[in-house]
Amino acid sequence: MQVQVLLFGIVADLIGEDSLSLSIEKKDTVKNLKTALHTKYPQLKNYSTYAIAVNEHYAQDHLVLKENDVVAIIPPVSGG
Amino acid sequence: MKNISIKLTSEPLSLQECYAFVEDPTCGGIDVFVGTVRNHTKGKSVSQLDFSAYGPMALKEMEKIAKSALAKFEVHKIAIHHAEGVLKIGDIPVVIAVSAAHRTAAFEACKFAIDRLKETVPIWKKEHFEDGEIWVNAHP
Repeated sequence: MQVQVLLFGIVADLIGEDSLSLSIEKKDTVKNLKTALHTKYPQLKNYSTYAIAVNEHYAQDHLVLKENDVVAIIPPVSGG
Repeated sequence: MKNISIKLTSEPLSLQECYAFVEDPTCGGIDVFVGTVRNHTKGKSVSQLDFSAYGPMALKEMEKIAKSALAKFEVHKIAIHHAEGVLKIGDIPVVIAVSAAHRTAAFEACKFAIDRLKETVPIWKKEHFEDGEIWVNAHP
């Protein structure tokens, strides 16, 4: 299945896009998605300090993804 | 929620708007934190900052912080406003205003809100120098 992945800040710069579509297996977790991302975009491998949000909420590694979920890669924030 | 004002905007922030929102006859004090763009960082001269946000999630996270502040401290109202886009030296990226019956709760809630905002709200700033630019906090 496909999930949409939004990219921000330095991660958007590293990949050169502000969003991408990623193929993952049914019942894949956030952790599986990270592995798939690192395979497809090796430049992310050395940049593992990001968080993941699913449908606009911070998500833990064990969360199971569903079709049409909106995933976002959240590099260390620096608002304020 | 009637006791919470949250805003993410590319317009200049208004201190007066935040103040007016939290002002209340039951309150004995209003604490306001105003973030301003500094002209230097780590010995380098900064020319401007560029704030970008994951808008919908940033609003949700700011609202969570406001709700937590109302739950944790004896405060009456809270406003959390953040700017996005390019800001020059002295411009205001963030305003937090809190009203309370007593000053201690207002101070504590205001500090809690800005500290938490800097940890959880998906907003990023890029510092522009004369000789380049860098995403702040990107390389811990």
